[in-house]
Amino acid sequence: MSIRTPLGRARGLGSAKTGTDHWWMQRVTALALIPLVIWFVVSMIIVTGADHETALAFIGSPINAVLLTLLIIATFYHGQLGLQVVIEDYIHSKWLEVALILLVKGAAIFLGVASVYAVIAIALGG
Amino acid sequence: MATNNRPLSPHLQVYRPQLTSTLSILHRMTGIALALGTLLLVWWLIAAATGPTAFDNVQNFIGSIFGRILLFGWSYALFYHLCNGIRHLVWDSGNGFELKTAYASGWLVVVASIVLTVICWIAGYAMQGGV
Repeated sequence: MSIRTPLGRARGLGSAKTGTDHWWMQRVTALALIPLVIWFVVSMIIVTGADHETALAFIGSPINAVLLTLLIIATFYHGQLGLQVVIEDYIHSKWLEVALILLVKGAAIFLGVASVYAVIAIALGG
Repeated sequence: MATNNRPLSPHLQVYRPQLTSTLSILHRMTGIALALGTLLLVWWLIAAATGPTAFDNVQNFIGSIFGRILLFGWSYALFYHLCNGIRHLVWDSGNGFELKTAYASGWLVVVASIVLTVICWIAGYAMQGGV
């Protein structure tokens, strides 16, 4: 007989208080990044050394703006998950560990939003 | 509590480096490098949105020798992390764990990441019309 509450059993998180979503989302974003990164590298080779107008035309075209936005979201989501694990593995002071993880997550959100904003501003401003 | 002098299990450095362990830590190191490299993409996008002067600054930085070396390193890190990441996803599906397979896929990642990096830089220079 289990002494866990029905709600606790339904959540299935156990004493760790967390599930497999970190591991799972790292894989999901990795999968999404495979085609996005290939598209991005090919695009960057094509626009390499471009002047400002060419770059604006590239970033602002509807399909590129959408793919860039997806790339930015998947990259920062994936990156902060990865950096979190690195920090958890190597930083042994709890205080510093929590501070660094918060810093990384905050920076990922800030830089991600700033990048998406730049793409949207270019796409709608042209 | 006097727990400082208790015996510890041997740490990593007592083991001879192997291809599998080297590629494993390289995956993590390239991941950290790529997180930093993302700053260049952020700068490039924001500069493009800001105006021609800001955009010229970022293009000049990328075009400089230092910028090209950084970009070369990041492009290799990207291809390595991409190829080895696919290797990890195959493992996550429960396949490729036999020792022979793990070594074969490891060497495949090494070769593929180098070949892809070289191809990209040749293509990049060709698009620009030479060095």
